[in-house]
Amino acid sequence: MSAVATSVPIATQSVNADPKVKSRIRGLNFFYGHLQALKNIDMDIYEHAVTALIGPSGCGKSTLLRCFNRMHDLKPDTRYEGEIRLYPDDVNIVSSDIDPIEVRMRISMVFQKPNPFPKSIYENVAYGLRVRGVKARSELDGRVEAALRGAALWDEVKDRLEEPGTALSGGQQQRLCIARALATDPEIVLFDEPTSALDPIATASIEDLIISMAGSVTILIVTHNMQQAARVSSYTAFMYLGELVEYGPTTELFTRPRQQRTSDYLTGRFG
Amino acid sequence: MASISPSIAVEAAVPGVAEIRSNVVRRRRWDIVFAVVGFLATSVGVVTLLALFVDLVMDGYHRLTPDFFLSFPSRRAAEAGILSAWVGTCLVMMVTAAIGVPLAVSAGIYLEEYAPRNWLTTLIEINVSNLAAVPSIVYGLLALGLFVYALGFGQSILSAGLTLALMIMPVVVVATREAVRAVPHTIREAAYAVGATRWQVTRDHVLPYSIPGIATGVIIGLARAIGETAPLITIGALTFIAYLPDPPISTTPPFVRFDWLWSGFTVLPIQMFNWVSRPGTAFHANAAAAGIVIVVLTLVMNGFAIYLRYRLRKRITW
Repeated sequence: MSAVATSVPIATQSVNADPKVKSRIRGLNFFYGHLQALKNIDMDIYEHAVTALIGPSGCGKSTLLRCFNRMHDLKPDTRYEGEIRLYPDDVNIVSSDIDPIEVRMRISMVFQKPNPFPKSIYENVAYGLRVRGVKARSELDGRVEAALRGAALWDEVKDRLEEPGTALSGGQQQRLCIARALATDPEIVLFDEPTSALDPIATASIEDLIISMAGSVTILIVTHNMQQAARVSSYTAFMYLGELVEYGPTTELFTRPRQQRTSDYLTGRFG
Repeated sequence: MASISPSIAVEAAVPGVAEIRSNVVRRRRWDIVFAVVGFLATSVGVVTLLALFVDLVMDGYHRLTPDFFLSFPSRRAAEAGILSAWVGTCLVMMVTAAIGVPLAVSAGIYLEEYAPRNWLTTLIEINVSNLAAVPSIVYGLLALGLFVYALGFGQSILSAGLTLALMIMPVVVVATREAVRAVPHTIREAAYAVGATRWQVTRDHVLPYSIPGIATGVIIGLARAIGETAPLITIGALTFIAYLPDPPISTTPPFVRFDWLWSGFTVLPIQMFNWVSRPGTAFHANAAAAGIVIVVLTLVMNGFAIYLRYRLRKRITW
């Protein structure tokens, strides 16, 4: 199939020639009670790259994202089948033998709406360290600063770390949440439509941040915005009705989709 | 830019408009009717309370002297006071709060945060709600059998405090659950997502953010308990008491004493009840004065609850 006529700009993020696999999904099924939300997903997530999950509402992209830090375990009557193997130690993080808390200590998450705690900026960032039992003020100070720098928020808040995190603007709050997710040195950071509650300027700053983070951490991002997927990601997966329809380097998926459903979605025929 | 010169057509009377106006007037009438009915309904409560309070004040105001608060009950109305009653009320409330609040708050948090959704939980929930509607005298009977006789606590401050603790539990459980439920799910997710355990989420987030609601429930529960008479009479509160229990604090180590828990007691509403049932207007004045104290105490507690909720909620924004 030739290039699709689409308003989506061609991807700007390059693909590593020799990518390392950070996580390998094999035969993943997920159930809410009797409803099967994910159907036999096979997918490799590459290290230190941004992978975008796109698709229409209800396609299972958020469900897949939330499997990675076992968020579904908070709800009763949910069930995983199959594997999400995390490397280098090759553990199946959706196995019932693995404690979800262990998984969440390695894989952190940024949510759709900024959700800072009604605590100080400092405590928001330090919380992930505090729950691990880090008490030394010097260590906390250093890691809070590093995380806030990593989230491009340090210069804006360094003089008011004791002010409530909820007093920041929406975009700043979301960067605070990113700092909170970075403070624990995660291997993967999950983003669930992180800009859908933000204005265009705040959105641009979050996107820049995601791109700059990719050098040091593996990123999975769910977005309903195709332009965003094209701008920030190296790899894109298109999901539909709980299935992974097509997955590949973002440039290829957007310019030469192999599946009819992918090109239909990209050109706005549905979704 | 091309200029546009619009024209406006004005007509003196448009046929449908008069009808629209009369229609609006007709429907507006019911707005006013309900506003008046609603205002009257609201007034009934406020006016009744006010009338009651004014009546109490007129009867009992002249008895509200410092001596009244510092004297034991007496056979002579003019010398009688509420010392043992208010001390008893304070001590009983201390026991009630110390036992009832931790139990009820834990139960409320457990039901919201921990309990699996199954038939057993549902049964417990229905029971807790029903307990709030059980007449207080029934609590008195239960306490008489359980605390006074079976557990051998006797007719003591401890028994009374435990009885009222049971009584306020449903109110505090319900308040706790509502407060806990009001903490947004996104906050819990945020905490879980960085690797917090359920207990850490509860201790660091859910509980602190729901304190305003819980505190309100606790104070309203205690304000209700302060006015309770029936269950305490059932367990054998004394109506005439001319001594004070041992003080709960002392000057010698370990500074805290618990002898008072076993002491006999009376409380303000029982003292008031006792005076009301005596012949002679002199004692009735005492009863009215004790009534003022109870009403003021209750209003102050409720007012404090509202203030606390307002103050603490201001600090928590999502």
